[in-house]
Amino acid sequence: MSELELEDRARFEQLVMPHVDAAFNLARWLLRGRADAEDVAQEALLRACRFFRGFHGGDARAWLLQIVRNTCYTWLEKNRPMELSMEFNEEIHLQACATPETLAIAGDDRGRLIVALESLPPRFREVLVLRELEGCSYKEIAAITSIPIGTVMSSLSRARRQLYSALANFAHKGAVREV
Amino acid sequence: MKCEFADSLLQGYFDGELSGRRTAEFERHLQHCAHCSAELVDLDMVSGMLRLTPLYQPAPVSLRRKIDAYLRPIEPAAPTSQPFPWQWLATAAALLLVAIVIWRVSPELRNDDYQAELAGEIVEAHLRALQPGHMNGVASANVGVVKEWFDAKIKFALPVRDFAKAGFALNGGRMDVIEGRSVAVLVYEHNGRPINVFIWATREPDTPPRAGYRQGFQWVDWRKDNMEFCAVSDADPADLELLQQLINSSV
Repeated sequence: MSELELEDRARFEQLVMPHVDAAFNLARWLLRGRADAEDVAQEALLRACRFFRGFHGGDARAWLLQIVRNTCYTWLEKNRPMELSMEFNEEIHLQACATPETLAIAGDDRGRLIVALESLPPRFREVLVLRELEGCSYKEIAAITSIPIGTVMSSLSRARRQLYSALANFAHKGAVREV
Repeated sequence: MKCEFADSLLQGYFDGELSGRRTAEFERHLQHCAHCSAELVDLDMVSGMLRLTPLYQPAPVSLRRKIDAYLRPIEPAAPTSQPFPWQWLATAAALLLVAIVIWRVSPELRNDDYQAELAGEIVEAHLRALQPGHMNGVASANVGVVKEWFDAKIKFALPVRDFAKAGFALNGGRMDVIEGRSVAVLVYEHNGRPINVFIWATREPDTPPRAGYRQGFQWVDWRKDNMEFCAVSDADPADLELLQQLINSSV
């Protein structure tokens, strides 16, 4: 391996590799699919290898997740630009998400939660995933997403409220799968 | 009416991100703000659901393997045509390097050859099974019926399970021949696509799942409790991985 010397490689394995799950999980939720997430997480990890000399200690998870996030957004801009420009709209999103596959999984509570979470815009989805699934502090979320802590707070607030109403919408419509 | 603190202090309070002084201040506010108190209940519900539902998606084994391969590539052998007197030293060093490389990677290589060969045969069998009229086993979604059908044919306890609730309905089973030995095949259906799970007894130790792709089909192979499993389908790899996890946790 040309980019990393032996010593750096050991450090990379020790500091960064424990966060491969976190990297994949974030990519999975930002891109809403495992196959794309694996490709993009791989690209992000290889970039992390190349940039590793620029990492001078500190929070390795936040450092890696920042790279993963940027790689995901670059990918989304290139492959699904509509998704980034679209603001949350219940009708559009629930319809867009209502593929046979999502309707099949929407049959149970977990499925409904997945569909509801995926109906949020990426910027809301990421703060929820980082906070609730990854257990990041506001400071870490701010570092990963490059947004000020005040904005982290208001994004979380709006994201939680939208998720709540998306779930309530499911409850209202009853079984969406029967439509 | 919405409270001005709902988008800021309320979240910070809920997430335990406020300082001691601000926490105390906000608690005084909560005592007379009906809006924030009500929001707090909703927050607790949404956050609780996200935390208690298994949503976290760990990285697939294949991703780790690709990164490992990038971090630890196989070193190329050094050229040996050095002029005397270094020649013997160079030869010895090259031999040592080759020995180390073989020692480090050969079990892996042999394993990959085995996997590739096995996958080839299993994909062939899967293709045969897709031909109309091939189903010469038992067609039933009843676990008891399928189990009983296999009982006389194999000598180990086949884990016959139905995962219809998770979207993988048991369709039946049959016997097939892979690498000269007869193996049990459980047939599942997912989104209208058949998934064949080949199962046979083995004395090899347990191994984590390995996945691959061949002739347009996805396969996952793993060993557990003296059984080897190989699931094949043209379904989404993630679906195959899910079925693998369901079967594995039921063994």
